[in-house]
Amino acid sequence: MQSQPEDETVAGIDIGSRSIELVVLNPDGLLRSAKAPTTFDPLGQCQRLMEGIDGSRIIATGYGRKLFAESFRQVNVSTITEIQAYSLGARFLYPEAKMVLDIGGQDTKVISLSETGKVLKFEMNDRCAAGTGKFLEFMATALQIPLESFGEFALRSDRRIQISSMCTVFAESEATSLMARGERPENIAMGLHLAIVQRTFAMLRRVGLATPLVFAGGVAQNPCVIKLLEEQLGQPLKVPENPDMVGALGAALYGENYRTVDV
Amino acid sequence: MLDISELQDNDKKVAGIYCLFAPVEIVRAAGAIPVSLCGKREQPIADAERTLPPNLCPLIKSSYGYAVTDSCPFFSASDFLIGETTCDGKKKMYEFLGRIKPLHLMHLPYSASEPHALKFWHEEILRLGGFVEESTGLEINRDHLGFQIRIHNKIRKLIRKISRFQAAEKPPISGLDMMSVMETKSFFVNPEEYISLLLEFIAEMEPIAASGFSPFQQDAPRVLLTGCPVAKGCEKTLRMIEECGGAVVCMENCTGVKGLDLLVDENEEDPFLALARRYLQIPCSCITPNDGRLALLDQLIDEYRIDAVVDHTWQCCHTYNIESRIVGDFVEKIHGLPFIHVETDYSNSDVEQLRTRIEAFLEMARWNSSACAQMRKPYTQA
Repeated sequence: MQSQPEDETVAGIDIGSRSIELVVLNPDGLLRSAKAPTTFDPLGQCQRLMEGIDGSRIIATGYGRKLFAESFRQVNVSTITEIQAYSLGARFLYPEAKMVLDIGGQDTKVISLSETGKVLKFEMNDRCAAGTGKFLEFMATALQIPLESFGEFALRSDRRIQISSMCTVFAESEATSLMARGERPENIAMGLHLAIVQRTFAMLRRVGLATPLVFAGGVAQNPCVIKLLEEQLGQPLKVPENPDMVGALGAALYGENYRTVDV
Repeated sequence: MLDISELQDNDKKVAGIYCLFAPVEIVRAAGAIPVSLCGKREQPIADAERTLPPNLCPLIKSSYGYAVTDSCPFFSASDFLIGETTCDGKKKMYEFLGRIKPLHLMHLPYSASEPHALKFWHEEILRLGGFVEESTGLEINRDHLGFQIRIHNKIRKLIRKISRFQAAEKPPISGLDMMSVMETKSFFVNPEEYISLLLEFIAEMEPIAASGFSPFQQDAPRVLLTGCPVAKGCEKTLRMIEECGGAVVCMENCTGVKGLDLLVDENEEDPFLALARRYLQIPCSCITPNDGRLALLDQLIDEYRIDAVVDHTWQCCHTYNIESRIVGDFVEKIHGLPFIHVETDYSNSDVEQLRTRIEAFLEMARWNSSACAQMRKPYTQA
């Protein structure tokens, strides 16, 4: 692992609200990737993830980027926004991508890209986490289903019900009253997924729907969200194998480009 | 900034005003001092929410909160209040405010272009005159009103002149500092003294501007901030834009240059009618259609050589929030500039989300401005 000269490696770290991802690249390609929950000690988690990569150039993105840059002054850190990181990552994986959707732990981002991959326009949900990973997590807990299998669970529904509340608190009371009326939990789960997808689709349309559309971020691991989005879109989405690593990958790629420009 | 003792050690009455639509010339002509009571801080909002609904714009809640807790010295010093029916929230809030101090509500027409709108507003200006005369016990003398009209026109021209320093290739002061300068326009006791202060400030600024000094990086995108009012206490978006490397060279909002180019006709025989004409032209989103705002933006985008436009609105301010799409289309399609709408409130709960959005927006603006650099006209010396 350490056979490459240190100065040739570039690390991208994406410090999100729920998880931290790390991607280390060297001229031959991917050297290492790792992931850890953010917890209440994000810096400690970053430290553990970064063991052994002290010499490389590091690009931080995600909510923790500023804190990270301020705390790891001894190493060569620069920061970029998640908007840029996700654009770079998605475009690298799918050079034909025209649009990127990232649904993460606490926000949703929709980015439209130019022919050359530059950010043309983007939208991000502002203060409220409605319609994000947090919403799904909260609702999965309320229905006592592990988050990882929540999408599968919803796909076992036999009817589609409308859940109109997008506020996590109100949606929970709406789900509770549906349960009280004897609705199957699978159908409630499906209703919650539909609510997220409708909201997301409206956001995609505001920015100006374009395909191929890359779906990244943690929520892109949810098969029900993928299925419903593809239904709305009328064509398949591009979903990377590790959708939550796209931000960290994009950050690392930014570091590479930057270095090439510098030299 | 105005010292509260200046208001108290004065035998003049103090009129609390809330908006750019309040005709200050009338207030001055009746011997009173107008001060702005528009709430800009989060702190009194919790107390306001005991009466007002939480999902109301923070400006209205903050204004009412200061009044109901009697925690703003300018509110305490006010003898009477003047409000306008600029939006549904304010209009209904004034019903509560009127229980605390004598309040005169001016009824503002929704349209500025209909001929009967001017007639109606003219009546409202006259009605305000009657109220102020009664409150101060002093009659409005036409000559003195004419004098006040001339002096306030002069003030508008001087502040506009100050704002133009920022149109230079190297803006000599930050947007945050310019905001503080702009804020003084709502807080002065003596107009003549204020004019000399403005002249002094211009004299101080001229050599700084000539020296080419600028607090901004050379490549800082030149940002125009439009939308709802911004002042000390709720300037987080402005601060964030500049923290992220943008230069806010112009604020179009009512705490910025909005209305400064609108002068009262000094030659009109009926000064009340002249005032009515001028005030009705203020391009606020509460007027429909609000074409004046697009015309002003059009002018400012060229004048300040704007690279990107940020439309900053307060949550639950329906008129500005709805109008944002109109402004966005205008900025993106007519001027080909990047545009972002930021809807927020007075709290700091969203600063990190805000940082991500603004940083990414400025990244976009930088790319856009370098791509457009060749198409630009060269700077001319002012």
